[in-house]
Amino acid sequence: MADLRSDFIGIKSPNPFWLASAPPTDKEYNVRRAFEAGWGGVVWKTLGAEGPPIVNVNGPRYGAVWGADRRLLGLNNIELITDRPLEVNLREIKQVKRDWPDRAMIISLMVPCDEESWKDILARIEDTGADGVELNFGCPHGMVERGMGSAVGQVPEYIEMVTRWVKQYSRMPCIVKLTPNVTSILPPAMAAHRGGADAVSLINTVKSITNVDLDHFSPFPMIDGKGSHGGYCGPAVKPIALNMVAEIARNPETRNLPISGIGGVTTWRDAAEFLALGAGNVQVCTAAMTYGFKIVQEMISGLSQYLDEKDMALSGLIGRAVPNFVEWQDLNLNYVTKARINPDACIGCGRCYAACEDTSHQAIAMKPGRVFEVIDAECVACNLCVNVCPVEDCITMEELPQGALDPRTGRRVAGYGNWTEHPNNPAAVKAAE
Amino acid sequence: MVRLLIRDGVWGEKRQLHGVQEWGKCPKTGQVRTKRGHSCLPKIYRLIKKIACGSLHGKGHCHWGCTLSNSPLTPGVVPGRLPAAVYRDNFADKEPALDRHEAHVAADRCYFCHDAPCITACPTSIDIPLFIRQIATGTPEAAARTIFQQNILGGMCARVCPTEQLCEEACVREAAEGKPVEIGRLQRFATDSLMAQGVHPFTRSAPTGKRVAVVGAGPAGLSAAHRLALHGHEVTLYDARPKAGGLNEYGIAAYKTPDDFAQAEVTWLLSIGGIRVETGRALGRDLSLDDLRSSFDAVFLGIGLSGVNALRAQGEGRSNVRDAVEFIAELRQAFDKSSLPIGRDVVVIGGGMTAVDAAVQSKLLGAETVTIVYRRTQDQMSASGYEQHHATSKGVRIITGAAPVQVLGNGAVEAVEFAYTAEEPDGLHLTPETFMLKADQVFKAIGQTLQGAPEALKLVGRKIAVTGAGRTSVPGVWAGGDCAAGGNDLTVTAVAEGRDAAEDIHATLMGTA
Ligand SMILES: Cc1cc2nc3c(=O)[nH]c(=O)nc-3n(C[C@H](O)[C@H](O)[C@H](O)COP(=O)(O)OP(=O)(O)OC[C@H]3O[C@@H](n4cnc5c(N)ncnc54)[C@H](O)[C@@H]3O)c2cc1C
Ligand SMILES: Cc1cc2nc3c(=O)[nH]c(=O)nc-3n(C[C@H](O)[C@H](O)[C@H](O)COP(=O)(O)O)c2cc1C
Ligand code: SF4
Ligand code: SF4
Ligand code: SF4
Repeated sequence: MADLRSDFIGIKSPNPFWLASAPPTDKEYNVRRAFEAGWGGVVWKTLGAEGPPIVNVNGPRYGAVWGADRRLLGLNNIELITDRPLEVNLREIKQVKRDWPDRAMIISLMVPCDEESWKDILARIEDTGADGVELNFGCPHGMVERGMGSAVGQVPEYIEMVTRWVKQYSRMPCIVKLTPNVTSILPPAMAAHRGGADAVSLINTVKSITNVDLDHFSPFPMIDGKGSHGGYCGPAVKPIALNMVAEIARNPETRNLPISGIGGVTTWRDAAEFLALGAGNVQVCTAAMTYGFKIVQEMISGLSQYLDEKDMALSGLIGRAVPNFVEWQDLNLNYVTKARINPDACIGCGRCYAACEDTSHQAIAMKPGRVFEVIDAECVACNLCVNVCPVEDCITMEELPQGALDPRTGRRVAGYGNWTEHPNNPAAVKAAE
Repeated sequence: MVRLLIRDGVWGEKRQLHGVQEWGKCPKTGQVRTKRGHSCLPKIYRLIKKIACGSLHGKGHCHWGCTLSNSPLTPGVVPGRLPAAVYRDNFADKEPALDRHEAHVAADRCYFCHDAPCITACPTSIDIPLFIRQIATGTPEAAARTIFQQNILGGMCARVCPTEQLCEEACVREAAEGKPVEIGRLQRFATDSLMAQGVHPFTRSAPTGKRVAVVGAGPAGLSAAHRLALHGHEVTLYDARPKAGGLNEYGIAAYKTPDDFAQAEVTWLLSIGGIRVETGRALGRDLSLDDLRSSFDAVFLGIGLSGVNALRAQGEGRSNVRDAVEFIAELRQAFDKSSLPIGRDVVVIGGGMTAVDAAVQSKLLGAETVTIVYRRTQDQMSASGYEQHHATSKGVRIITGAAPVQVLGNGAVEAVEFAYTAEEPDGLHLTPETFMLKADQVFKAIGQTLQGAPEALKLVGRKIAVTGAGRTSVPGVWAGGDCAAGGNDLTVTAVAEGRDAAEDIHATLMGTA
């Protein structure tokens, strides 16, 4: 059993699996049960300023995208921050932290964008015993119109400013939660860094409309015949999140900024991928909302088995894939592969043929008896056939060794060479003439 | 004290008046428990109710209040061997319809193959990946249209096709994991969806003024008539029987097509218009081919195989020895299955679908023992492995490699003597080794034959010779389905042949052939 104990910006937890700020962490009852199930920490559902709490809609809050057999692939919500009184939340946080001292307890905050409001809320949470704060600059709906959430997260100057206030008025570690609803994730991350953030967490939800009711002509979820955009999360957003995490992890200016990875983490494998791309821990929301708290047990056993098999420490996994995340122009253009169909595994569905013939490079021949064969002289190694083949590992990409003849180009496979030096590149760096 | 052996358990410690079903020895746990206290009760309860209740109570009332005049143990050929509820159960839908969610899950398994092998394997070439995708995207009605374009009896075929030998055998998922896409059940889901709306998806072309006679209202004739009407021809559909449908109505096992589906389908099919149905009109008796040829522009024959082969065993003429198809037809027409007399020990001779259907339905009617005896090896049986399994799972015994030599009895049959057979280079031979099977009823299911085909038609083998899309040796006369040479005696093949002949007739009549 690998040692999964995690130290994230000085906050210790028995494992790197935290629950993200959302319904699972909305109240004492949930959080106690989450800790009993084994979660390493929680980011409490976002608190607002003192005063009458916000209200939520009383109709449906979620839209969803399903795969076969109604497997939930993506969830979209129009829920706002906590709708429970501040004092109640603070009392509960204090009690739970007292009873579970070994678990991470982070308080998520979102208050109006002025110094007083932040100073005030930070003072109120001081004596809860919480381990840190997370600034919710990510929520893309509802709070935005009130100048909060992603309205802040989309303006780097605001991020920097608020982060500074928080560092000024509190001694707690401060995590800035970023919105993916930006053209580039780097300016917000850099702003948080400049403002003194101890870490960033990402992603919050992606602005979305999951579907449209084709009888009432309203987006979902539909409230009295109308819909509003929501925030998308769950397995569907993982690719977006992974890229954003990795962008921050490899950028020279932000590479030392710790990252809490969020977005579609559903299994130990997803978590391991986030960690490999530079996240120091992960946060989970939708998977818990779909399957319940118990999934953390699979995450713990899976990650632990993986680390054991690799004979790797948790710290050894973190960031391990970052150096291999490069720009396109750095990819080796002399790396040549060809698709190979294993006739013993092939079930003859012909999907590879349809894909390559109709939409790609006409590089698969369909022979009598439904035998499918790759034509090396046409195969550009795009990999589409591999992705559409229903049989795992039936089509593989085989590397041509250096010196071998590529029948498509008629050239021999050479050593490393990228676009920056390619003859077709007008801006190529010419070798000394 | 009675100990009753029921398939996988021993029940019945006390045979008091109402006691049997109260005492069950669970085959799993070995515990003897009472009715109410039993943990695996529902299953056992049903089993006991089905078998023990019928068999142990003899006359009078059983504990569940069923009135039983007879039981499976009553000797002779008698009706009412089972409680009413059991008959209802036994003849209910064999494979229940998929609900919407199940259909979506099943549909999602389809890979949408290129030039899909399942299409090739379907005698009517239904575009299976397309219709399954239409189901998956929530438009089962469109899926039904895709099916009906190729096969207007797609509803019946979904129920009766031996898919395990056709589309599902060819499905790539059968190769991949031994579990094909459930094409048959999906087809039923689609066709049921549209038919339930009472919608007929096609409208006729403008009238052509041509008239076509279709003889035989089985799958071949119905399919031909529909396609001809679609193209604007006027069709008269004759059938010797009182109802249209052919073996859909008089042959197919009752549990494959419950709730009078065959007639509902005929009515739906005819709603295209342009088809006049004349039942009780037999070619050779009430109609002649010459008359039809002179009063119609073309004739299609889909008269099936209405004759039967003889057993050629001694004593074949004893009473309670009858043709399986006749028994099945009677069964299909009986509204109240409890009124059907059935033997206590039934022997079925043959190895095809008819043998299996006769045997299984005998069992479902309450026969105590049912045995199929086939003269060749098990894998030479024309009933598929799936059908055979269905039979054995219903408690039918299958004996292969034996042929009847003598039917014994005093007036009515009491036993059949069989000889083992040996396959030799010059054919099948009887060996001297024999055995006897107790039997108070024997069904002959050794093949149907062409009967009443007009003499003018050339035959090949024992069927009507055809070339191309069903052209017979007589100009202007087409044939298809079981009566025509070359097919495989399946409903779906009859539909395909009827459809193709109709297209050829159409092309001929319009001068585009
Ligand atoms: C017991 C049994 C079970 C079967 N089960 C299956 C199954 O599960 N699946 C499957 O695919 N196939 C099954 N079959 C085979 C299938 O039923 C036939 O292949 C199919 O019905 C053939 O269609 P058809 O139109 O050629 O003939 P039929 O269905 O036999 O129809 C012929 C019609 O012509 C009429 N007719 C006959 N002679 C005359 C005449 N002289 N004048 C006027 N009308 C006449 C008859 O009354 C009948 O209505 C089964 C067959 C039997 C006997
Ligand atoms: C119903 C719902 C409410 C949420 N509320 C908050 C919130 O109050 N504060 C916050 O920072 N993020 C909130 N989130 C975003 C999640 O914390 C998380 O960033 C996002 O769902 C992506 O992670 P996932 O793919 O594991 O769900 C909410 C998400 C959902 C589904
Ligand atoms: S890798 Fe691309 S080009 Fe090559 S066979 Fe596959 S689909 Fe065609
Ligand atoms: S997609 Fe895969 S299984 Fe299908 S034909 Fe191609 S190689 Fe075979
Ligand atoms: S062979 Fe099977 S998977 Fe392929 S199209 Fe047909 S039903 Fe679908």
